[in-house]
Amino acid sequence: MKIEDEKSFDELGDKEYKYGFVTDIESDSLPPGLNEDIVRAISKRKDEPEWLTDWRVKAYHHWTTLEEPTWAKVEFPPIDYQALSYYSAPKQKIDAPKSLDEIDPELLETYKKLGIPLHEQEVFAGVVAVDAVFDSVSVATTFKGKLEEMGIIFGSFSDAVKEHPELVKKYLGSVVPYKDNYYATLNSAVFSDGSFCYVPPGVRCPMELSTYFRINAANTGQFERTLLIADEGAYVSYLEGCTAPQRDENQLHAAVVELVAHKDAQIKYSTVQNWYPGDKDGKGGIYNFVTKRGHCRGDNSKISWTQVETGSAITWKYPSCILKGDNSVGEFYSVAVTNNMQQADTGTKMIHIGKNTSSTIISKGISAGKAQNSYRGMVKVVETAENARNFSQCDSMLIGDQCGAHTFPYIDVSNPTAQVEHEATTTKIGEDQIFYCNQRGLDTEEAVTMIVNGFCKEVFRELPMEFAVEAQKLLGISLEGSVG
Amino acid sequence: MALLEIKDLHASVADKPILKGINLTIKPGEVHALMGPNGSGKSTLSNVLAGNEAYVKTRGQVLFNGVDIDDLAAHERACAGMFLAFQYPVEIAGISNMYFLKAAVNAVRKYQGRDQLDAMDFLDLIEEKKKVVTIRDDLLERAVNSGFSGGEKKRNEIFQMAMLEPKLGILDETDSGLDIDALRVVADGVNALRNEERGFLVITHYQRLLDYIVPDHVHVLVDGQIVKSGGKELALELEDEGYTSWDSE
Repeated sequence: MKIEDEKSFDELGDKEYKYGFVTDIESDSLPPGLNEDIVRAISKRKDEPEWLTDWRVKAYHHWTTLEEPTWAKVEFPPIDYQALSYYSAPKQKIDAPKSLDEIDPELLETYKKLGIPLHEQEVFAGVVAVDAVFDSVSVATTFKGKLEEMGIIFGSFSDAVKEHPELVKKYLGSVVPYKDNYYATLNSAVFSDGSFCYVPPGVRCPMELSTYFRINAANTGQFERTLLIADEGAYVSYLEGCTAPQRDENQLHAAVVELVAHKDAQIKYSTVQNWYPGDKDGKGGIYNFVTKRGHCRGDNSKISWTQVETGSAITWKYPSCILKGDNSVGEFYSVAVTNNMQQADTGTKMIHIGKNTSSTIISKGISAGKAQNSYRGMVKVVETAENARNFSQCDSMLIGDQCGAHTFPYIDVSNPTAQVEHEATTTKIGEDQIFYCNQRGLDTEEAVTMIVNGFCKEVFRELPMEFAVEAQKLLGISLEGSVG
Repeated sequence: MALLEIKDLHASVADKPILKGINLTIKPGEVHALMGPNGSGKSTLSNVLAGNEAYVKTRGQVLFNGVDIDDLAAHERACAGMFLAFQYPVEIAGISNMYFLKAAVNAVRKYQGRDQLDAMDFLDLIEEKKKVVTIRDDLLERAVNSGFSGGEKKRNEIFQMAMLEPKLGILDETDSGLDIDALRVVADGVNALRNEERGFLVITHYQRLLDYIVPDHVHVLVDGQIVKSGGKELALELEDEGYTSWDSE
């Protein structure tokens, strides 16, 4: 019985990454390598204004003075930045698609396989508007027209540069400056596309906005840039999903996301990250080195990050909030699952500057196989932040005895009126819990999925409904083969 | 055919032999009580039968419905109709009792080749079973066994048994730690589930439970072996004499 079990678990472990297919599509790529000419070539190809080209070049030169950060608890061989290609775009039959009909059918097929409804009529009751980013460029945005009627700008970053240069110029780099850190600086130099969203004062965006990122081409880095602004009293909920083909080499993904919330504005940003994690022995997979930061610029503003991280060989990611406005609120809800050889070093930073600012951090790390899972979080209360409040809860769950869970909380308080609470627990998934579920008819995989879902409940309930269901399924798939 | 046939069963926990040759046959419709002092191997037997991997069967054979249980993983035994009411029911945070039950009922139905119950059918089944084993709605909505009192946990076990409609119910010291009212609720539930096809193995330290669940057969387990079997009157003898007569051996 025991032997049979192990066999079946092995089979499950070998179950293919569902999104691991490669789309056979012609692409327009720049040769591998990184220098000022490449940066200029990217900018030129995108027909960018001079100020943006200059900004990229400044970023590039600054990048050459930086060294890769080594403080995260992750290990990987050195990345040869000169071996990567920094731009890859699917070749369109027509230069710029004006409507979905003009998009390469092969590409639409890919998105269909991924379950992204690009055709508007298929979009479920019109609750989600999607911007899809394939390799480096944004290929389609649904519901653009409907949103425009409300004054909401939503589409590709490149389009925004052309159509709303004043907004891009005003906000780009205002939350994550080009000098911010190694990967963000690299992104500033070579970012290719991404999503842009602006919600005007007093407008409540009536649907979930969504971006789907897909890396297809080999040996290509993906460097997308997302900029999201909620003007005074505006509200927007934004979803982000990611997948990549299964390849033996590691692929670099270094994105930057900047959020700006003005007075009384609210931004809810949810991510389900399912980049290819590599195989059981740690071969291949995405390096997900991402900088995400939100700026609660105005009073009473609120930014809420929810992330479900199940993919990537390595995740290095700290979605943060700068709470500048008085009474502003920052939230971070995270589930990070690592299995096999995956490594994750993820958490958040909450910087309290305004009066009566408050932040909540709920982090759930699940580690299985030989994976390493770290929570790294900082709560900083500066002198001006009267009556700041923070509550942090970091729970780790271990499945098996070869994985690791680590917690690195940094607390830095410079105002005596602050109240900062930190709770942390580490549990091992109980044999007794699994047996109890077995005895009620659930097999071990189902039992683990159920127990882990229960463990993550506080985070899942923050996700929009459709995403919550997807996240729960993804969790089950990610943990397949983790118990034997 | 016997429902459960245990032949010369030996089992160890952490390499320590606990069961040393058990023989026991339960036919459909029969209620067997297994009594014995602490450490005699009562809970080991229930765990071995249900397939807890911490308990290792070292010799002998167990047939459930004619199938060797070695061929069935723990969840398959459950799906095939073996139910263990736990002595210490386990808590599962964040999963509502109702959700857990629906997953369990549908897992069993799937194994048996029956249709899955949708939400409406499932609620109907809950209402039907509440007539057999009374349970408060808030216990169904709370996370599995989380913050339940001892009595509520045991009641929940019996409710689960009613929902899953097993062929064989094993009650592992379900009476331990219960006051007389809770005991009565548990016993009423079990009695309501008794029928011509369903068998029960009621494991208990005390005769008290058997005042309410009247067994057809009583077995006395001492040091891993059944030392005496008889009718329900055997339980009363034990009440008077205790297990002391075997202790000296």
